[in-house]
Amino acid sequence: MNRTPLFDRHQQLGARMVAFAGWEMPVWYAGIQAEHAAVREAVGLFDVSHMGEFIVHGRDGQAVLRRALTNDVAALEIGEAQYTLLPNAHGGTVDDLLAYRLPDNPRGHPVYLLVVNASNIDKDRDWLRAQVRPGEDAVLDDRSGDMALVALQGPRAPAVLAAATRLDVWRMGYYRFDRGDVAGVPALVSRTGYTGEDGFEIMADNADIGAVWDALVAAGAAHGLQPAGLGARDSLRIEAAMPLYGHELDDDTSAIEAGLGRFVKLDKPEMVGRERLAREKAEGPARKMVCFEMTGRGIPRQGYAIHAGGAAAGSVTSGLQSPTLGRAIGMGYVPADRAGIGGELAVDIRGTLVPATIVRRPFYRRPDAG
Amino acid sequence: MTIPTHLRYTAEHEWLDVTDDGLARVGITAFAQDQLGDVVYVDVPAAGATVRAGKPFGVVESVKAASDLYSPLTGTVVEVNGQLVDHPELVNADPYGEGWMVVVRPADAAELDGLLDAAAYAALTAEG
Repeated sequence: MNRTPLFDRHQQLGARMVAFAGWEMPVWYAGIQAEHAAVREAVGLFDVSHMGEFIVHGRDGQAVLRRALTNDVAALEIGEAQYTLLPNAHGGTVDDLLAYRLPDNPRGHPVYLLVVNASNIDKDRDWLRAQVRPGEDAVLDDRSGDMALVALQGPRAPAVLAAATRLDVWRMGYYRFDRGDVAGVPALVSRTGYTGEDGFEIMADNADIGAVWDALVAAGAAHGLQPAGLGARDSLRIEAAMPLYGHELDDDTSAIEAGLGRFVKLDKPEMVGRERLAREKAEGPARKMVCFEMTGRGIPRQGYAIHAGGAAAGSVTSGLQSPTLGRAIGMGYVPADRAGIGGELAVDIRGTLVPATIVRRPFYRRPDAG
Repeated sequence: MTIPTHLRYTAEHEWLDVTDDGLARVGITAFAQDQLGDVVYVDVPAAGATVRAGKPFGVVESVKAASDLYSPLTGTVVEVNGQLVDHPELVNADPYGEGWMVVVRPADAAELDGLLDAAAYAALTAEG
């Protein structure tokens, strides 16, 4: 079982640890609901060092990534990041990830940082390397073993981070990043996250991340900072209707079905899985991911059957009792002709069909997000 | 975590309190609620339902997951804790008191002899 460089700090904080994707990770410290509320109302600090990091460089690195990823890395300026997906040949999804454009290498070729799901590091690395054709100059360095990542999320995140760095975090745009010292150690800071709140992700070498964590905890004391575990990370992302690989996304599910068509750019010379992605984008997919609220009593969970129009129609991919909304909510797949907002569904909860209504995505949007 | 000595326990972390009138009040232990974390939903059968020893009779759900409740005995549900519908957090706050779940009329009082006492349950949870 892998441990992050912050493992000892989690233990000192009394975290409940769980096994996740081969890592021993904190699932909660104070309780999922308290941590969830802290992120919505103040600020939470997450260790997400289990995530994978790849550096892609070389003369043809950009061409390979344009072909291998659904979004278009050529649209990124240095200092910008984008959400993107890694499709397979059938248009299903190998993983979803963030691509950052780092400064060009000395030869003037673009360099990219990819941050991928912990559970998919080996699969992604092998798949991406296999996309490089003979004669192409593109190199993928897997840096997952020596880079660490923390997420500082919530409305007080800028104030906390500003106390630990000279970087101008207040003016950093959404999905922009900068590099500089945080807590006296070199770091990459991006205005990104997986909670539906304002916030940052801070990447540093394994040896340095402890200093970052400690400085943020110290600076956060005046702002109600709460260390938060994977439990709150999951409950927050579900309210924000953000997909999680292995739930909303898998090898058979396309980005279009998942409602992520705006991250699929067809205006490129070629793209893996293009045939299906282009067809579904043009004609609409046969099934779609929907967000629903339970109108009867019960909590939907992954794998529960969804019924529509009196017949089994799909299944739940994620669900919980929403801490912010106080209602049971879920996501899942249904036939496209049953996916309209306001549509009536029923979820088979331990043998009982409990009614639910399709609602707009996301369930929760932060007040200042417009 | 103190384990009340007047209760009986199961290996599935339910407690059972046999009252003077022969009825059995059932809930989950402090250890169980601590393992679950924040309880957000409790589903138990209505009064009149039959429960069977060792079989799932209801569900307790945390933010993360649903867990089966296993009946410590065979019998008939005579009362349910209606407070848990709106206040499932009572299971965390007071697992041996306000967080009780059902009262069961045992079909066979001898079944109770097979349950764990506090010392045996303490040993079980200490193992981890």
